Amino acid sequence: MTVEWDWIADHTGELTALSVSHLQAALTAVLLGLLISLPLAVLAHRVRQLRGPLLGIANVLFTIPSIAIFVLLLPVSGLTRTTTVTGLTVYTLVVLLRNTVDGLDAVPAKAREAAKAMGARPLRTLLTVELPLALPVIMAGVRIATVMSISLVSVATYIGDGGLGQLFTDGFQRNFPTPVLAGVVLTLLLALVADALLVAVEYVLTPWNRKGRRA
Amino acid sequence: MIEFRAVHKRFANGTTAVHDLTLSMPAGGITVLVGSSGCGKTTTLRMINRMVEPTSGTIHVDGRDICSQDAALLRRSIGYVIQQSGLFPHRTVLDNIATVPLLLGWGRRKARTRAAELLETVGLAHDAGKRYPHQLSGGQQQRVGVARALAADPPVLLMDEPFGAVDPVVRTQLQDELLRLQKELDKTIVFVTHDIAEAIRLGDRIAVFRTGGRLVQCATPAELLARPADPFVADFLGAERGLMLLSLIPLGDLPRRPVPEGGRWELVLGPGRRPKGWRDRSAGDGDGALLPVRPLRDGDSLLSALNESVGSPCGLVVRVDTEGALTGVTSREEVHDRAGTAHASAARAASAPPEPAPRAGDHPPVADPAPASAPGTTGGAP
Repeated sequence: MTVEWDWIADHTGELTALSVSHLQAALTAVLLGLLISLPLAVLAHRVRQLRGPLLGIANVLFTIPSIAIFVLLLPVSGLTRTTTVTGLTVYTLVVLLRNTVDGLDAVPAKAREAAKAMGARPLRTLLTVELPLALPVIMAGVRIATVMSISLVSVATYIGDGGLGQLFTDGFQRNFPTPVLAGVVLTLLLALVADALLVAVEYVLTPWNRKGRRA
Repeated sequence: MIEFRAVHKRFANGTTAVHDLTLSMPAGGITVLVGSSGCGKTTTLRMINRMVEPTSGTIHVDGRDICSQDAALLRRSIGYVIQQSGLFPHRTVLDNIATVPLLLGWGRRKARTRAAELLETVGLAHDAGKRYPHQLSGGQQQRVGVARALAADPPVLLMDEPFGAVDPVVRTQLQDELLRLQKELDKTIVFVTHDIAEAIRLGDRIAVFRTGGRLVQCATPAELLARPADPFVADFLGAERGLMLLSLIPLGDLPRRPVPEGGRWELVLGPGRRPKGWRDRSAGDGDGALLPVRPLRDGDSLLSALNESVGSPCGLVVRVDTEGALTGVTSREEVHDRAGTAHASAARAASAPPEPAPRAGDHPPVADPAPASAPGTTGGAP
């Protein structure tokens, strides 16, 4: 099995376009997943009775096989990008929802109580105290969800999307390994770079975790 | 002025935290709520800023019913210092202090300027402002907690066991600082502690609670020590009650005598006539080892004098002026005599105006051991 570098050189434009499309699908899914998870997590955190059902539903959704989820969505949104992103979003929920709830649970009770005692109302407490303090745990979830989504996009090749996944079908059909290898390597690179960027984002957003203890 | 009128707090699980409390806390004074754990002192404190809502009864702060005000706005108008500081771990010291000003909409610059000012007020270095709470020592964190409570200059300050988590040396420093601040700022302070010595040291008035949320006695420290209302209070004050009373009485005009010439012990003076220690003449010549002396100023208490008289090798207490220069000595016998008479007169003074200390038993019905079953007693808040 040899890599034909000429093919890669001839297809750089296509490879770049596929990478961008791949990343777009994955990141949109994570973003939507966050938008859905945040309010649900706050709800699950505040109303104890809702916690079990909400986390349970997210877990059940996660057990649906990925191909099945795209097929199930076909009657609704057809062979579109929407189907890809919707499917991926469903998978991000299980990680994002649980981590956000865990993150909110980990906020020290003293800090929450102090905010209330200083006269902050609940929304302000959430935005300025609870979410910032939950951020490290939420970000851990975002990192997992991002890497997972990047690897999952390829499955959407079955519905005609799939970003870099298209290289796999192309390579298999023609019994030509170079596109397959290029697809694998590019997917890995995207995942690594995205993860590194998220680590950097967390570093910037949590200055209090960098400063060491008093000498 | 904070006024509790017939305040009752029963929690959802049926326990009564505060039982029929009627108590007024004078403006510009430190009222200490003291008692063993589970006696309702913290609940009482937390009802003042509505962190806990009373089941029935009313609480007025400066003449206004607190339940008629928006809870969040009320809390911004009352300073609150929390156990173990309760600082926001993700905000710098400066931003922690600026919390309430920012909530009040002061604008970031003005709030930070005020916060920087307060750093100095509570005795912290300017560069501490840029640090995060976990980079500070326990005592420093507690100072930040006090600064945060003072930021919007509230007339009332609630302090919930603020110095409970720091070591004794730092605690004494923080207590001194609080007394100094209070002299400057003249706030109405409500202070919760389970440490009776702290209560005696800080309180203008002390309210003693017992299990079941009953107020047993509220009095000045001297009154409380001289005439505890019942065996429970006496027991709570402990075996050293008499000595604690002496800690409240200054040495003042106790006569000073010249240092005796000759004899076995010689008082060695340093520059500025500052006492350095006692030298044993019988131990031969030379400088020898000096026995340390802790000279007392007129503002020091009779208790310190008693302590010194016990420790002094010749039974003499060394007295100095505010500069630390020797003014004379006082004998052990004179200190003891004064301690005895001071104790007796404090007890007499405390009993002279028989102030009706609000006690649980003062309010009808006299005995209420069973949970109140009258449905009308709940839901008193509007």
